[in-house]
Amino acid sequence: MSGGLPQFAARMNAAPASPVYRIPHPLPLDSGQALEAAQIAYETYGTLAPDKGNAVLVCHALTGDQYLASPHPITGKPGWWERMVGPGKPIDTDRHFVICANVIGSCMGSTGPASLAPDGQPYAMRFPVITIRDMVRGLVALLDGLGIDRLHAVVGGSMGGMQALSLAANWPERAARVLVIASTARHSAQNIAFHEVGRQAIMADPAWAEGEYYAADAKPDNGLAVARMAAHITYLSEAGLTEKFGRRLQDRESKGFGFDAEFQVESYLRYQGSGFTRRFDANSYLYITRAMDYFDIAEEFSEVPGGGKLADAFAGTQARFCIVSFDTDWLYPTSESRHVVHALNAAGAKVSFVELSAPHGHDSFLLEHDQLDRVVKGFVE
Amino acid sequence: MSLRPDLAAIAAHVAPGSRVLDIGCGDGALMAELEAASGCDARGMELDGQLVERCVARGLSVVQGDANLDLADYPDKAFDYAILSQTLQTAARPDRILDELLRVGRRAFVSFPNFAHWRTRAALMFGGRMPVTRALPVSWYETQNIHHVTVEDFRDLAKMKGAAIERAWFFANETEIGATGANWRAEFAVFELSR
Repeated sequence: MSGGLPQFAARMNAAPASPVYRIPHPLPLDSGQALEAAQIAYETYGTLAPDKGNAVLVCHALTGDQYLASPHPITGKPGWWERMVGPGKPIDTDRHFVICANVIGSCMGSTGPASLAPDGQPYAMRFPVITIRDMVRGLVALLDGLGIDRLHAVVGGSMGGMQALSLAANWPERAARVLVIASTARHSAQNIAFHEVGRQAIMADPAWAEGEYYAADAKPDNGLAVARMAAHITYLSEAGLTEKFGRRLQDRESKGFGFDAEFQVESYLRYQGSGFTRRFDANSYLYITRAMDYFDIAEEFSEVPGGGKLADAFAGTQARFCIVSFDTDWLYPTSESRHVVHALNAAGAKVSFVELSAPHGHDSFLLEHDQLDRVVKGFVE
Repeated sequence: MSLRPDLAAIAAHVAPGSRVLDIGCGDGALMAELEAASGCDARGMELDGQLVERCVARGLSVVQGDANLDLADYPDKAFDYAILSQTLQTAARPDRILDELLRVGRRAFVSFPNFAHWRTRAALMFGGRMPVTRALPVSWYETQNIHHVTVEDFRDLAKMKGAAIERAWFFANETEIGATGANWRAEFAVFELSR
């Protein structure tokens, strides 16, 4: 924590903080800048084998964190993938040493905009703009620190899947297996558009104050909540929303002809939005969504902006890949996964791909799904 | 686990250590055999997501995809063998699939039910209706076999495509039979092709 997150530190002081790895060198960034004295907060589960060959890195999504299979210190909720990771679970901590680290740019102990810059003040908007590849640079530095040369597997859903692909493309020798769930190799115009709505909501909140709110009484919670509400819609399917809420009213018999949260779906979204502000930093949301919008692996391997063939990013890879999509995910639809699979096929990589059926849209990867469990177990074993 | 006879014939004639693409790989029985017994690098393609899930769960590299569309992404001669078992007759355009097979693989194995087997002929001749036999057990209106093919039809197609027939195997009653009169006697055929 190093005192860099006053608003979170106050809430977290009752909970044991994650171990922190201090990166012993400046972390180079795609922007050309470097992050000095960066640190990575992480959690581990299981035991590292003497030959260090049983390590599985799980990468978290946009608003996720390192509390993969242990309770979240602020919300007290179970780890975000506890149903998937643990003793006897599909990612079995009796066999594997599972690592999950907070990405740089985030706000749960790794260096981000809320952290203190070398001048002792929070970075805020002075924090350099980062990319998915920069996040992975931080993760690779952590692996170096842990002495892990080659992961048994790297696993991620959504933005976590982007990190897994980025690791496979840029550090191909570092992972034997690459599991990418409900993700993409590039952000689409629609993906960028939704993120821009969220960023504008934050920046339109007067309390955002150009990002300099860390010492202020008011935080841009309203803007951040709206950003979360808009994003949350993209994580669900229309059928899922209809099934869960329909047009039902919340705690009332008839319409009120006003603007309270009259519909259940409104109430739900407001709850999601306000709950989110308790555990997430608005500036981190800006930086991480920007990193996702910049994501285009093919472009990284091209001389031309916006150009490149995705297959070139994976040329010569020896890793095994498994790509999973969900039929109701319209945020990162099956077509994006197929695009990745086609590139991997063209590169001659060992790849599996399956589109699973699930009613809940993008969020399906976090929910109960027996088929997903079997695929993950079979692939990671 | 014993393989279906056509798959066993293919498995017995794939050179050890080969790179293999099994198109329409089903539950991955042939792939698993090729990897375990012959040290092959086997990849699969299967349309049915539940079968793909079973393959992945057993550690096989299988892509959910449609042979009619998704073979195009594989580079030329990416595999030593491309295998199409019991799938040709379900393709929208068997001729194009055969082209793709011979493009992505140095050699191809193709197996299919022979529509000219005497039982099928008899059922059509005397019954006057689309045959429902042991080898073709599904009624015409719900069968996936939309392009029935005979041993002789297949030989013609291979010739038309400039493919050489390297070897052929024929089966009736789950047993291999000789090539003599195969177009009458075989319920299933397996061809090994090159181009």
